[in-house]
Order: sequence, then C-alpha cells, then structure tokens
Amino acid sequence: MKWLSAFLMSVLLAAVGPASAQTQLTFYYPIAVGGPLTKVIDGYARQFEQEHPGIKVNPIYAGNYDDARIKALAALKAGQSAPLSVLYSIDLYELIEQDVIVAWDDVATTPDDKAWLKAFYPALMMNGTYKNKVYGIPFQRSTIVLYWNKDAFKEAGLDPDRPPANWTEMVQMASKLVKRDAAGNVTRWGVMVPSTGYAYWMFQAFARQNGQDLMNRDGNQTNFAHPDVIAALQYWRDLGVKHKVMPEGTVEWGTLRQAFTEGKTAMMWHTTGNLTAVKDTAKFPFGVAMLPASKQRGSPTGGGNFYMFKKTTPEERKAALAFVKWMTAPERAADWSMATGYVATRPDAYTTPKLKEYAAGFPQAVVARDQFEFATPELSTFQTGRVRKQLDDAIQATLTGQKSPADALNAAQAEADKLLKSYR
Amino acid sequence: MKHVYGWLLLTPAAILLIGFTHYPAIATLVDSFFSTGTVVRPSRFVGFDNYAALLDDPIFWQVFGNNAWFALGTIPTAIAIAMVMALWVNEKLPARALVRMAYFTPTVLPMIAVANLWLFFYTPQIGMFDQVGALFGAPSHNWLGDPNLVLPATMVMVVWKEAGFFMIFYLAALQNLPPELQEAAKIEGASRWYFFRRVTFPLLMPTTLFVLVNATINSFKLVDHLFILTKGGPDNASSLLLYYIYQVAFSFFDTGYAATLTVVLLVLLALLAVVQFLLIEKRVHYR
Repeated sequence: MKWLSAFLMSVLLAAVGPASAQTQLTFYYPIAVGGPLTKVIDGYARQFEQEHPGIKVNPIYAGNYDDARIKALAALKAGQSAPLSVLYSIDLYELIEQDVIVAWDDVATTPDDKAWLKAFYPALMMNGTYKNKVYGIPFQRSTIVLYWNKDAFKEAGLDPDRPPANWTEMVQMASKLVKRDAAGNVTRWGVMVPSTGYAYWMFQAFARQNGQDLMNRDGNQTNFAHPDVIAALQYWRDLGVKHKVMPEGTVEWGTLRQAFTEGKTAMMWHTTGNLTAVKDTAKFPFGVAMLPASKQRGSPTGGGNFYMFKKTTPEERKAALAFVKWMTAPERAADWSMATGYVATRPDAYTTPKLKEYAAGFPQAVVARDQFEFATPELSTFQTGRVRKQLDDAIQATLTGQKSPADALNAAQAEADKLLKSYR
Repeated sequence: MKHVYGWLLLTPAAILLIGFTHYPAIATLVDSFFSTGTVVRPSRFVGFDNYAALLDDPIFWQVFGNNAWFALGTIPTAIAIAMVMALWVNEKLPARALVRMAYFTPTVLPMIAVANLWLFFYTPQIGMFDQVGALFGAPSHNWLGDPNLVLPATMVMVVWKEAGFFMIFYLAALQNLPPELQEAAKIEGASRWYFFRRVTFPLLMPTTLFVLVNATINSFKLVDHLFILTKGGPDNASSLLLYYIYQVAFSFFDTGYAATLTVVLLVLLALLAVVQFLLIEKRVHYR
C-alpha cells in the first residue's frame, strides 16, 4: 500500500503545489476545440501572464454556448474552482436563478474600476444588467445587419450604393431584384431572413423596427401579442407569400451565407459575425447597411459576456477582475474585432489607430457600431429556454403557413404568461 | 475460493454497468417524481404531476407522432434496401469489393458530417437535389423549410446512412447459407424469385430480427442530424423524442420533466423489444 499513498501524495502535491505560488484563473470559453479563435484566446492568455506574473490563466474551451454553460455549472456543482466564464449574454436570468454569479459592481470598487464599468456601449450593457447591477461584461458581441449584392443591384437597375432604408423600399427593391428563368422558376430571390435556429433574434429586429420590444427589463413579462408585434410578423410572412421576394417556409440559418455568396439572394439579414467570412468568399462587391426601418430602425444585440462566479476566493476575484479589464481594454477590443468580425465593445476602441485604419479600408466593419444607437437587448427572460422556444415555434408556424400571425403570437404570449407568472 | 475469483472477474464490468447504466436508469425514474429544483426553489416530491404534464404537452404528442412516422418510414425501407444490396453484392460481379465498400461508406461517416453534407444537398437552389431537379425543369423546393417535406427529407438521409450498415449483416448471413440449397433448387427448376421467397428469405429471418431490433432502437436513438439540419423545426415538424428530451434538459434546464420523458422513452423501447422478440421468435428458424 506504500506505493499507493506515495502516489496519492504526489498527485495532491502536484495539484496544490503551483496554486500556492500563483493564482490560478480557470475560465470557460465557448468554442469548438481547435478553431482559429482558440489561438487568439491562447495568445491573449499568454500575453496577460507575462504582464501579470503571479496569475496563471487556464482557458477551457467548451463547445457552444449551451455546452459551456453546462460544463461551467457542472464544475461548480462538483466543487471545482471556476472563477470566470464567457457565457451567452441571455443566460443572465438563469444564472441569477441558480444564484451562482456575483455582480461586477461588488468587485470593481476603485474609481478606476467604476469608470471601466461605464466605458462600454450602453446597448451592450442591457443584457448584462439586472436591478441596476452589472453581471455581464460584454466581450464577443454581435448584431444583425443587411448585406447587399451591388452587382445584383446594378443588374436590376438600382443604385448599387443605396440599400433600402425602410420596409416599403425593401419590398420594392426586392421585387425588382427577383430573377426568374424561362420556366418561371426563381433563380435569384430579393431578400432572405433566416428563420431556423435564431428565429426569435431576427424577429426582435422586425418588432423593434415596428416600435416594440419583446420583453421587459426584469425578465418576467413578454410582449408577443401587441398589435404592432403581430403586424411585424405579418410583414415577415408577406415577404414570402404576398410579395414573393423571399422563399416560402423557413430559411436555413446555416446555409444562408452560401446562398448570398452564390448570388441566389440579392440581400440578406445576418449576424455581423459572418462579415469576415462573406468578405473572404463573395466574388462580387457587397455592402453592409443598417436594417431598414418601419417606425424606427432597430436590431437586437447578441453574443457572449464575461460572468464571475460566486464560489471564488478574494485573490481569484482580484485576478479575474484584472484579467477581464485587460481583455476588454481598447487595444484588445479593437484587435478582437478585427480578428473575428465581432463588434468592438467600447467607443474608445474605434479611436485606436489600428481599428481606424482597418475601418478606412473596410467601412463595412463600422456599420454595426453605428447601429448600436437603435439596438435593443436580446430576448432574455426567466425560463428563457422555454419562452424563446414558444416564440420560435410561433414564428415558424406562421412562416410555414400553419397559423396566422395573430393566432401564433397570442398562443405564445399565453404560454409565456403561464411560465413567468411566478416571477412577477 | 472459486466463487471469489469469479466475482472478481465480473467486478470491472459490473461496476461500469451499474455506474453508467443501472444507477442512472433508476435515478431517472426517481427524478421523474420530483420537481426541478433551483437554488431559490428546492426540488420537492410531486408524485405523478410530471406525468400529468406530459399528457397535456402538445409538443410531446407531436414529437411522439413524428417518431412513430420516422420509425415506420425508415425501418422497413432501410431493411429492404439492405437486403437487396446484400443480394446484389453477394453475386459475382466486377469490382465487387469496391461496390461493397461504396455501399458501406455512409455507415463509416460520422452523423454530424453526414448531416452537414445533406444540409447543402437540401439547400434550395444551390443544393444538389434542386440542381438535379432544375435539369428537368422542376421548381425549387424548400426541403427543410416546409413542415410537410422536412420529416421525409430527414428519413431519406437516415435510410441512406443506415442501409449500408444492415447490408453487412445480411451479407455475412448470405455467405453462411449452404451452397447445396441453391444447387438443389436449380435441379428442381425453381425460379430465382421462388428460391428467394421460400429459401433465402426464411433463412435470413434471424438476421432480419437482429437488424429489426437494431433499426428500431436506432430510430429512437439517432438524433444527431437534427442539431445540424433543422433543430427540430420548423415548428417541431422534424423533432424526435430524444431531441426533445435534450431540449428540455439542457435548453430549458427542466431536469424533472426531462427525466419523465426519458422514462417514457425507456419503457417504450423495452416494450418494443419484448413485442418484437415474442412475436417474431415464432417465425424465426434458428438452426
């Protein structure tokens, strides 16, 4: 048995040893293993360690947002230390209900720290704030923009440098852009808006443009059945059925980018996260614009925030704060935005020389920033998974013609009321 | 002493089985009688409430129906195609090994990779199906965006993937058939169809039973493709039972209800297996 105890001792020593010398900072980051982004994150971690001896950063790459959340929560339940994680911005209420996160206001106490909390775009803070306390620091954030094919615009006799500014224009332009072959089959659609996977997100843009937000700030009330929301869904449905500028049924999120770069649709609504990929694959000049307006412009934000977990030592909290501040500094935010296409999270990042230079050569990169003025937080409530699915199903049932917009949204609202009743 | 030795040999397997199969199954059953707990609201015993909620859940009934159609659509087709392919590559034909390999290839590919390929096959206009259809002047179809087409579309892909796997079992069985039977049939002047109907097919029955059980389990177990192709949509039209369980457990975090759904799935599979063994046992000729 001697060898066994010796073995156990050495394991224990190995586990405890370095921690006594350094603060270990484990953080969960949602990405599939081996992607190009892991290199960027690893690089940041090493650079941070060099500048902050005494802190060791261990990024753990954990699949998509759902996987990362499951893994981080499981690690917490198992008693492991996981001070920090990048998780979906809309997981906020879930994490609060599980009582696992702390507000950054409680940790960031110096005047310098407090100024840092105010340095970000207000639009990006909405998904991370609950009862006036900041729980999520914006990191990889995106929004929806309109991509348009300038060659197709020219071919249809439209000004290639003027994208549609409102809903009526979008329908008019899209009808001119639809191209049919001799047999009457469509070879190019006017516009496509994806409706699988993130249907609720796209719909938030329509609703916001029509003057409505879909939930309240406390996350316990939804607004699916408002007449203007119903009208917004009717407009989306009409693009396919009445105006015939978009395919009927649902449009697949995953293949839409290819449909656009292959010229099968002249315009698309998509996340800014696709910007770099479209830039690399499109063989035609393309433009990026803010989404068109109905009563106003509008687009939801999306993406991931930094959260700090409750089960942490004071040293870990200090280290985590230092790391997140470093990761969100203007130069890093600029660098990260250029590497990924995500939006830089703070205004002063756009005044850094390298991002200025990048934007001068590629003006499409700053459209998302300009749209922040009209942004609304991503749909997030208590019971968020179920509430979101109610809305997703309602949208898809409408787009596939199984229900009218009013019936579908009224039913979704009734279900959401049932789910959220006990949180009011 | 011999006793102890035997138990010791069994222990590793038993630990794994108990730890990863039996204990979770029983824990699931227990969980299904409790509400889902959060820090604010701890879990409590609710009796059959979760089961009552299940009966009232329209999405459960929809995915249950979808799964039934999915099973009915994929199992007989995959088995029939597997049998035909096995008979064909069992003959002497040129490049036989190559043909066999070609039929088996889909089985080797991971489902996620297959689903990503088929996602582009099904894409309107730029996808393979629409491009081939366009050659014959067929209009473009929104295969995965139309609630009436989406389930059959996923079935076609699954049949394509599964048939090659079942073919291997049939091929092995065919090669075990004694050649004298064929010679005797030739002397008697039996037609090929008659020989297949009265000799080959009955002799393949044990394999068919095996394949049938596997195919049935697979039709409830295979949901990887949904993550890529449709996420269960549009409006749950392509969702299957296990995928719904995943959503309830990991997207809604409702572990109590997910446990309830899992118990239903387990009971269903157990029942199906028992029925298959009892009914078909009678018509299977083991020798």
